[in-house]
Amino acid sequence: MGNNNNDKTDQSILELLEQNCRLTSGEIAALLDLEEMIIQQRIVAMEQKGIICTYQAMVNWEKTATEKVNALIEVKITPQREVGFDAVAERIYRFPEVHSVLLMSGDYDLAVFLEGKNMKDVAQFVSSKLATMEHVLSTATHFVLKTYKKHGCIMEDGETDRRLVITP
Amino acid sequence: MSDWHNYLNDTVKNIPPSGIRRFFSLAAEMEGVISLGVGEPDFVTPWHIREACVYSLEKGHTTYTANQGLLALRKAVGKHLSQTYQVDYNPQDQLLITVGVSEGLDLALRVIVQPGDEVLIPEPCYVSYVPGVILAGGVPVSISAKPEDHFEVTAAMIEQAVTPRTKALLLSYPNNPTGAVLSKQQLSAIAAVVKRHDLIVISDEIYDHLTYRGKHTCFASLPGMQERTILLNGFSKAYAMTGWRVGYAASNAEFIEAMNKIHQYTMLCAPVTAQMAAIEALKSGRQEMLKMIEQYDRRRRMVVRAFNEIGLPCFEPGGAFYVFPDIRPTGLSSVAFAEELIKETKVAVVPGNAFGSSGEGFVRCSYAASLASLTEAMKRIADFTARKIKRL
Repeated sequence: MGNNNNDKTDQSILELLEQNCRLTSGEIAALLDLEEMIIQQRIVAMEQKGIICTYQAMVNWEKTATEKVNALIEVKITPQREVGFDAVAERIYRFPEVHSVLLMSGDYDLAVFLEGKNMKDVAQFVSSKLATMEHVLSTATHFVLKTYKKHGCIMEDGETDRRLVITP
Repeated sequence: MSDWHNYLNDTVKNIPPSGIRRFFSLAAEMEGVISLGVGEPDFVTPWHIREACVYSLEKGHTTYTANQGLLALRKAVGKHLSQTYQVDYNPQDQLLITVGVSEGLDLALRVIVQPGDEVLIPEPCYVSYVPGVILAGGVPVSISAKPEDHFEVTAAMIEQAVTPRTKALLLSYPNNPTGAVLSKQQLSAIAAVVKRHDLIVISDEIYDHLTYRGKHTCFASLPGMQERTILLNGFSKAYAMTGWRVGYAASNAEFIEAMNKIHQYTMLCAPVTAQMAAIEALKSGRQEMLKMIEQYDRRRRMVVRAFNEIGLPCFEPGGAFYVFPDIRPTGLSSVAFAEELIKETKVAVVPGNAFGSSGEGFVRCSYAASLASLTEAMKRIADFTARKIKRL
């Protein structure tokens, strides 16, 4: 029973932090009607277990002066004995310009999300680093034209509150 | 110039303007107000419902429907009531699709009330109940629920108010403005009074899904009550569909037929687009609804805690999305509190006496507002309250 409650509390904390990681433990405690100390302990425990990996801001770079180019690269690889896809995946995700690496079912194996300063930058990385890597069979590069929604967050200006100030 | 006021019907003339209206003008003129005065969800209707509505328009569903409403919607409502509350209504003649609960309430009162009949109304309550009874030619009889009972009306209080002219009882739990809910036991005791005095019950259960402790008891599900209850509900609160104006009434075939008689001449039918959306809401809206309810629940706990810490005692409401804190420690009336609060801090709440005299000394705060707004509003209310208490 105690464990069940802990699991439920943890899940609620995670949902709240995933939406807004700047909520304080005091605020979370009020929302879940628990003691602040308990919330602090649960968060620290989940950080240590690697359940909470990091706290990041969701940035819409398109609204800034900074130029960035994003690309999705489909990568086909040969799995290796004992380590499968993991060794190649690791060699790829170690590059700081690589944002995400996911193992996919279907036509290709790895979906690699890349961020570069410009198209040349991305092309350079794919042709010199990625495509030439051992066990990589092929790559297909798709440039991102526009980001509409990312990680549950809609990038366009949201829906405004259209309600009247006072209603019965 | 004629004095057009003299041309007005006396009944309408004698209904006082809503207490909220004056306050609304005050709030509407200000910029940057954080409003806890809104009686509707801060969520927009879930996308799948809006999308289904757009699809229905593309397909050309732009006509009248049957007066009673689309049969498909009535069937869906019937199935929902049967599955949720084990009350069975025949979609053919025991269900009526209305333009929100507001229309349903008006119809119910108009078919039940004879001139001079008394209708019992536990207060605080939604602002339209008393005028609704007057417009139907009846006599509203207010029953003041008490703060020490957390504004839960009791069977004894109802029984005490019964006279030979009492025709009906108007129930609305979970309650706007107090958030009070009644347990099955409390409702059963009320049902016994209803039976003893042969009353009709009009039960406005628009907040039924927004129940945070235990399960909502549908009044019609109590033994012997389905026949004599006009159950009113709709889609506005649970599915964040206030502006669609679609609800339903469920009762015995005789009452529904009579209500439909007025409905067909005055309203014709509920908007078809809204009815199509309502079908989608019942079909696959549960997931999104539960998500919204969870968010209300969290905010509710936060706001209750904040008010109690501030020194404005606030009981934990079991339903709806309102808290009803006691503002008497500030020494202000509820109107003065609300007016000074908005003038000094730009936070809008609604004076409790807008919902009946027993709401005096309290204000209604809606927590259908974003977390950021709520946090900021509670900070401002805390400062305001501290200032007022210090002055005493």
